[in-house]
Amino acid sequence: MSGRLSWMRRTDVEAASLRAARAVVDRAWASRLVDVAVTTVDSPVGSLLVAGTARGLVRLAYPDERSDLILEELAEALSPRVLEDPRTLDPVRRELEEYFEGHRTTFDLRIDWTLAPEGFSRRVLRETARIPFGSVSTYGQMAKRAGSPRAARAAGNALHDNPIPIVVPCHRVVPASGGIGKYGGSEWRKEFLLRLEGAIEETTDGAPLH
Amino acid sequence: MTPPPFTTFLEEHRVPVYRFLLATVGPNDADDCFQETFLSALRAYPRLREDSNLRAWILTIATRKAADHGRARARRPVPVEEVPERAAPAPELDGTTELWAAVRALPPMQRAAVVHRYVLDLPYADIAAALGCTEEAARANAYAGRRKLREEQERLQDKALEGGSR
Repeated sequence: MSGRLSWMRRTDVEAASLRAARAVVDRAWASRLVDVAVTTVDSPVGSLLVAGTARGLVRLAYPDERSDLILEELAEALSPRVLEDPRTLDPVRRELEEYFEGHRTTFDLRIDWTLAPEGFSRRVLRETARIPFGSVSTYGQMAKRAGSPRAARAAGNALHDNPIPIVVPCHRVVPASGGIGKYGGSEWRKEFLLRLEGAIEETTDGAPLH
Repeated sequence: MTPPPFTTFLEEHRVPVYRFLLATVGPNDADDCFQETFLSALRAYPRLREDSNLRAWILTIATRKAADHGRARARRPVPVEEVPERAAPAPELDGTTELWAAVRALPPMQRAAVVHRYVLDLPYADIAAALGCTEEAARANAYAGRRKLREEQERLQDKALEGGSR
C-alpha cells in the first residue's frame, strides 16, 4: 500500500510548488506582509544583491559576501519577513543599469539608513552621499564634514562598513597621500567605479588622481 | 535568534507542503491551500518562538487549512450542470485515481496521518507535532487510515473481478 501511495512522490511538485510560491510572494506584497524585499542585479562589477524596505534602499552587497548570510543578517536586524521580489526593486535595478551604462550621474533613490550605525558613522555616510559624480574627497575631509576633523581613521572604518556601496559612493573617498586607497568591496571595483565616473584617467594604471 | 529569512523558509518547505496538500485536498485546490498556508505563516512569522520546529509548524498550518477547506467544500452547493473545461483524463489502469479519491475520503486526522507518513515519509514524532496529538495517536490514525485504504482497494478489485473486466 505504501508503494501505491508513493506515486504521489513522482508527481512534478517542484514546478507546481514554485508557481504557488511565487503567488504567495505576490499576495504577500498586496497584503503588505513583506518587510524586506531582496533581489539580484547584474552589473560589470558582479551580481549585486539589493534589499529594500518601505523606507527605501537598505542594503547593497557584492557577490564576495555570502548571500545566505546577508539574508540572515537582514532577518535579524530588520525583520524575518524577507522575501525575494524583483518587481518592488525595479527602480533600483533601472538606476543601477543606467549608472553602469554611463547615463546616470545621481541616484534618485530613497535610502533607509537603519543599517548605518547612528552617530558619527551615519553622518559620514550621509556626507559621502553628497560627493558629486566624477569627483573625490579624502578621509580627513569626510571626518571634518561629519563633525570630527581628527577622526580620519574612524571615517575610513565607517566607509568600509557602508551598507549601500555604489549608491552611497564610498568609492569617491580616497587617501590624502595619493592613490585610490582601500575599498570594502575589493580595490579593483573602486578603480573600476572611479574610471567609469572619469575621476581617474582611462589610460593610467598606477592610478594617480588627476 | 530570529527565525530564518522567510524566503529561505519558503524555499525549504514548499515541496513537502505542496505534496501534502496535493494528496489531501487534490490537484484543483492544492494551490489555494498552499497560498493560504504560507500567508498565515507569514502573518505569524515575526512572533514565532525561537525554538519552534519549523517543519512541524508549517505542516500544522497546512493540515488546518486542508481541514478548513474540506468543511468549506462540504457547505458549497453542488452545481446542477457542470461543464468540464477539458476531457476527463484517461482512467489509470492501476487504480491510482480511485486510491487518491479514497485517500481524500478518509476522516481528516486519518487522512493527514496517512499522507504525512506514506507520502512525506515523516517520523511519527513529527506527525504528532503537525497534527497536535500524541505520537501514539498519530500511529493509530495512520494505521486506521491505511487499513481503510487497503479495504477499499480490495473492494475495488473484487468489483473488477465480478465485472469480468480483468
